[in-house]
Amino acid sequence: MSFVFYAIAGLTLAGALAAVLLKNTVHCALALTVAFAGLALLFLELDAQFAGFAQILVYIGAVAVLVVFAILLTRGSETPKDGVYSRNWLAGLVIAAGVFAVLGWAVLGSARSLPHETAAPTVTVLQIGNALMSRYVLPLEIVALLLTAALIGAVIVAMHEKEGQK
Amino acid sequence: MLGEGILKGLAETARNFAGSFVSAERLTTVQYPEQRIAPMEATRDFPFLVYDGADWEAGLRCVACQICEKECPPQCIYIEKSKDKKPDFTGKPQFYPARFDIDISVCMSCQICVEVCPFEAIKMDTEFELSTEDRFGGLLLNRKKLAKPNEHYHKIHPAEAAEVDARLAGEKVKADAKAKAAAEAAAAKAAAHVAAPAGTEAAPGGNAAGNPTAKPVEGESRA
Amino acid sequence: MIETADQIFVLLKHWLVGFLPAGWQPVAGVALSVVAIIAFFPALFALTVWIERKGLGRMQNRIGPNRVGPLGILQPVADAIKSLTKEDIVPLSADAAVHFLAPLLLVAAVFMGFAVLPMGRNMTLVNMDAGLLFYFAMGASTELAVFMAGWSSRNKYSLLGAMRAVAQMISYEVPLLMSSVAVVMMTGSLSLTKIVAAQNHYTWGLPHWYIFTPWGFAGFVMYAIATTAETNRSPFDLPEGESELVAGYHTEYSGFKFALFFLGEYLAMFSISGLGATLFLGGWSAPFSFLGWVPSWIWFFSKLMLSIFVFIWMRGTLPRLRQDQLMNFAWKFVLPLTLLNLLVAALWRFLGEGWERWVVCLAILLLAYAFMGREGMRRGHLGPRRYRYAE
Repeated sequence: MSFVFYAIAGLTLAGALAAVLLKNTVHCALALTVAFAGLALLFLELDAQFAGFAQILVYIGAVAVLVVFAILLTRGSETPKDGVYSRNWLAGLVIAAGVFAVLGWAVLGSARSLPHETAAPTVTVLQIGNALMSRYVLPLEIVALLLTAALIGAVIVAMHEKEGQK
Repeated sequence: MLGEGILKGLAETARNFAGSFVSAERLTTVQYPEQRIAPMEATRDFPFLVYDGADWEAGLRCVACQICEKECPPQCIYIEKSKDKKPDFTGKPQFYPARFDIDISVCMSCQICVEVCPFEAIKMDTEFELSTEDRFGGLLLNRKKLAKPNEHYHKIHPAEAAEVDARLAGEKVKADAKAKAAAEAAAAKAAAHVAAPAGTEAAPGGNAAGNPTAKPVEGESRA
Repeated sequence: MIETADQIFVLLKHWLVGFLPAGWQPVAGVALSVVAIIAFFPALFALTVWIERKGLGRMQNRIGPNRVGPLGILQPVADAIKSLTKEDIVPLSADAAVHFLAPLLLVAAVFMGFAVLPMGRNMTLVNMDAGLLFYFAMGASTELAVFMAGWSSRNKYSLLGAMRAVAQMISYEVPLLMSSVAVVMMTGSLSLTKIVAAQNHYTWGLPHWYIFTPWGFAGFVMYAIATTAETNRSPFDLPEGESELVAGYHTEYSGFKFALFFLGEYLAMFSISGLGATLFLGGWSAPFSFLGWVPSWIWFFSKLMLSIFVFIWMRGTLPRLRQDQLMNFAWKFVLPLTLLNLLVAALWRFLGEGWERWVVCLAILLLAYAFMGREGMRRGHLGPRRYRYAE
């Protein structure tokens, strides 16, 4: 629990808080990007290089851009006049606290079962690649199928739209 | 082959790049103001007034007929006719402009004034570096600034000037011949008048002899 | 002596850092390298701007700038002074915070990319195991910065330019990554230093650079196309095309912020050319084994400047591609060819040494190129024009 960890954690929390508290939706999306960057820095601090860079590449490079595009194409940049906070924020807070409690119990429970003071394993990209191609090849192929299905679905929807417009 | 157009284009650009260091046709830049392109025969910028001889006031060809002032589309010429007359190159007394102003901030170099001038008095100059800090007065050229000698005209438009000179010389010859013929006719008439008995023929006047101003000078003056 | 010349910057760094106490030395070493990069690459940028303007001028049968300093060499200085002293105009309705942060994010992300480039023997700033992945991650961040710039200006042209730029960058990111993956596959590592070391062997004096293999050559061509599109250079500079979109996503930026965008674009060009040199042209290794005495960083920067010159050459030659032509080209031509390139690279490895693998790989690539190209041309009605009513 070093200073670096607290700094990065603070940055992530600040980004996440800003993402829900800001008024302008695009500002919220950018704050979410800061939160993603904070997560990537946490991965890097734990020496998980592949996870960290993949986080940047996928989340910041693709997901954040997707979120921003979606905001732009649907809502526009006007902020709603009657406040941005939903009326049943208390229910939302309770549900979020519940999810957090479950996740925290799961993480801490598993950490208790680990032996203490072990050196962190260095996972190189080579090991990840080997594992993906030998032990986890079935999940890899299933994910690939899922992605292909999503791609084909997107193309079909776009094609239908184009034909509908014609 | 696919992509061959791109390769051909790249080769052409490479040829331009390499050639620009060695051949002049691949580097056509003229580094103004150290180098200038020589103006061509038909270059025109703003008008000027031609004068013959050494004295610009005496030799000014313009007779203040004000045709150019009337024909100028943006009306940038302002002429004030003189009260007296002075003889022109054929010897006939003509008016002259007491004031001849051209506002070159208005002038659009259409050359109409040159085309309509019957006296070959106004021609197009090739001077364009006329920028000045005086926004109004500096761009209003008066008679003195506009008057330039015939030699200048020859220098900037040699072919045109030669043609104009030839034409004017031809007219002068014709005018001289006519004056001589008129003088001879008058002399003959006077002699006939003396020889004939003094009758009630009041000669309609000795004004047949000395009226070259009645007829306008002939000749089409087209620049 | 040769060794000293080759390692001169490393030795210089060790000597300077040796003045500090031992605890500070690692941090100081890294800080010194960072300062060197931040100082050197903008200077190279100034030189490149001058080269570009003179080079483009010569290609267009004219002289470039030649009034400021001898041969116009001080023109970048004049440009820098101009951009520093210009008034910084921010539109009234613009989103001030995002408008301010966008050029900063762009330049920061681009500078990060230089950290993994091996600029010479032992001259990588951070020798990461997943160096290539880090580089592409930083490249992905630049897209977000471009979008921020366009959106925060509250200007239709800026937004359009930003959307086009982001769409273009995302479309060409995939062929970029795929052509690099072929290199990674053949080397077996994502680390850029290992990729260079794998190419640093010589057979009969000729190097083992990847560009001299069929899949490497095809990969390099596609990498070059993808990098031209990623950095918004001609012929893919529609997002910033002056005749179409005013200035695209940096319309509303003036003075120093515009200079930062300009700087970011050129630095991205440098780093991505450096990456291309590393992946395909052997990084800092010499072309012939008998030229090994020349310092390694000279080779790296020569290859980088050669790539820059090819960028300038293409800018002076090719007309701009329209947005839909650009996207079609990416998704329907370059991407399938990169996937095929992966297959060919695998075949290359598994067919073993000999002439068979050359024939097979070349045949597959050339046939695919010809077939797809002809199909694309037929679909898009390209080729020599046929007039209906003339002749």
